[in-house]
Amino acid sequence: MIISVASGKGGTGKTTIATNLACSYEGSVQFLDCDVEEPNAHLFIRPDIHDVETIRTPVPEVDMEKCTLCGKCSEICQFNAIAVLGETVLPFPELCHSCGGCMAVCPEKAITETGRELGIIERGSRKGMAFIHGKLRIGEAMAPPLIRKVRENIRPDVLTIIDAPPGTSCPVIASMKGADFVLLVTEPTPFGLYDLKLALGAVKLLGIPCGLVINRSDIGDDHVRAYAEAEKVPVLMEITFARKIAEAYSRGEMPVETDDHWKAMFRELYSRIAAIVQTPIEKTG
Amino acid sequence: MQELVVISGKGGTGKTTLLAAFASLAHNKVLCDADVDAADLHLILDPKIRQRHDFQSGHTAEINPEACTRCGLCRELCRFDAIGENFQVDPISCEGCGVCYYFCPENAIAFPLNTCGEWYVSDTRFGPMAHARLGIAEENSGKLVTLIRQQGKERAQRDGLDLLLTDGPPGVGCPVIASLGGATAVLIVAEPSVSGLHDMERVAQLAAGFNIPAMVCINKFDINPEQGKAIEAYAEKKNIAVMGRIPFDPMFTKAMVMGKTLFEYNGRSEGSDAVRSIWEKVAQRLDDMERKNSQ
Amino acid sequence: MKIAISSRGKDLDSPIDPRFGRAPYLIIVDTDSLEFEAVDNGANMNAFKGAGIQAAAAVSKKGAKALLTGHCGPKAFQALEAAQIKVANDVSGTVRDAVAAYNEGNVSFSDNPNTDAHW
Repeated sequence: MIISVASGKGGTGKTTIATNLACSYEGSVQFLDCDVEEPNAHLFIRPDIHDVETIRTPVPEVDMEKCTLCGKCSEICQFNAIAVLGETVLPFPELCHSCGGCMAVCPEKAITETGRELGIIERGSRKGMAFIHGKLRIGEAMAPPLIRKVRENIRPDVLTIIDAPPGTSCPVIASMKGADFVLLVTEPTPFGLYDLKLALGAVKLLGIPCGLVINRSDIGDDHVRAYAEAEKVPVLMEITFARKIAEAYSRGEMPVETDDHWKAMFRELYSRIAAIVQTPIEKTG
Repeated sequence: MQELVVISGKGGTGKTTLLAAFASLAHNKVLCDADVDAADLHLILDPKIRQRHDFQSGHTAEINPEACTRCGLCRELCRFDAIGENFQVDPISCEGCGVCYYFCPENAIAFPLNTCGEWYVSDTRFGPMAHARLGIAEENSGKLVTLIRQQGKERAQRDGLDLLLTDGPPGVGCPVIASLGGATAVLIVAEPSVSGLHDMERVAQLAAGFNIPAMVCINKFDINPEQGKAIEAYAEKKNIAVMGRIPFDPMFTKAMVMGKTLFEYNGRSEGSDAVRSIWEKVAQRLDDMERKNSQ
Repeated sequence: MKIAISSRGKDLDSPIDPRFGRAPYLIIVDTDSLEFEAVDNGANMNAFKGAGIQAAAAVSKKGAKALLTGHCGPKAFQALEAAQIKVANDVSGTVRDAVAAYNEGNVSFSDNPNTDAHW
């Protein structure tokens, strides 16, 4: 089973929920941090990293001996990533989306592919939990191809928890697509509610069952609860604000490791999710 | 004209709340919500929309089943697995590269332009505002960010305003990069936690890569003073000006719930005093940069 | 010799547009005869990324050997360099003024882009 933990709004406690959920689970579990722009889960899980892989995406390289300057490559490219300039053809690797169009269209077979570094993937483990995350190279704009590479590590035989990035655009979709369940983490404030609506729209578009965690449930107002009820999204857990928890989080501590009550809470959260996933339901969207 | 972009790396550090508070303090400015993915600034500023435009960007392939002979060339060429066995394009996976459209021997593939959101120029009680709504699951948020900033600048030029206050997106990828090019300075809103430090370092590196002077302030400082000091130490080492500390204050959430800026809700709390002092320092710094620039 | 100038309008008396990639027109002028051609750059004005690259390719295709403009970003500069087109930044006034300045040797060509990358 794949559970993707997402939020719309940043800073609602997505990483806290994802890491505690993974660490409270008793069977085999793997954790994928797909928030490749700002990966944080490793600060809490503290895995031993045993391998690092540099991830590249293919970008064109032109053999000017073969090139006739016909310009077909720049004509097909939707991203202005290759141009005929006087007596030469110049690729702009940072604009390239790696579609391979220029290479396919070149009548002289003058284009081959080299790599642009997207970032790295680190793999590790802790207490039997497999841990994988991606780190986008600073200055690299495109997160989705790196997220897809992180996701290639998913093992179908174990529980997979994915920590998704905030927002609702392409990186989030890349982190939720194909999941069996999306757990949306929100807070009961106007910002939380507005961003939850967007996130729920994305989940519906993908047709994935979902549930809600309301974090800091005693701050703000009641509009998130009312909205969840109207949209028939089950509220699976509520966590009240406690300064102690905020402080523990700031130090990189996971409450499930020291507090049996929290451990029980998160196991209960998992059973609720499992119950929903195992019940056949009509997909929306 | 100057532009201050407020960013954070990590989401939820209080960027938008702080920017809204600055909106009640700053003069002669245009506001810009560049967090188009999850735009929240309008919830506080309640803009009256004066101009509304479609945002069109990128293309998506569409296969006409009547002309398609199911030869399979498009599926073979598509690197994004966007064409299913049934020869239907999954618009979410489609990258808009046009390779299938270009090569289809039957010309059975159309490649229309997408309308993927709306952008607005509005008036608020604190001045004009440029903002947008990106459709769910849409790409090209970077392009929309660029557009919003351009619109904000044009409005400022027209009205003779000299400052653009931009609420930036979280992260370090495409939309953030789009929010930084050509900015005068960035203010990083960090939170004192292990994640806050980690994310602040990454976004600071990004700003440095663009040669944009950076400032930092720390929200909820008293939650973990040790981490807060670690962020300040990092900032000093990297030549990032430290603008101040904001204490944890439930007032921030209360103001947000009421749809008010911090100062409209209560201008005399510990938190609002800290924010006012930070704004004064930031404004001073922007003035200094302007002066240095004109010399 | 042919040179290119980024322009707001279609003729020699139009003001120079300080932007290169996103100028509405690129005027290609023969510096001896003052014969000119206005290249419509409108499609590029709304381009997301790479507007400067496309504009550079257009200038190169028209056989211009120099570009007079206001600002030139790093990608456009790289593209113009590859096409062996010299770049003069910070040129202002009308297109006609710019050609005259060029003919009198009053423009200085730069070795670097003078503006940040625009996304």
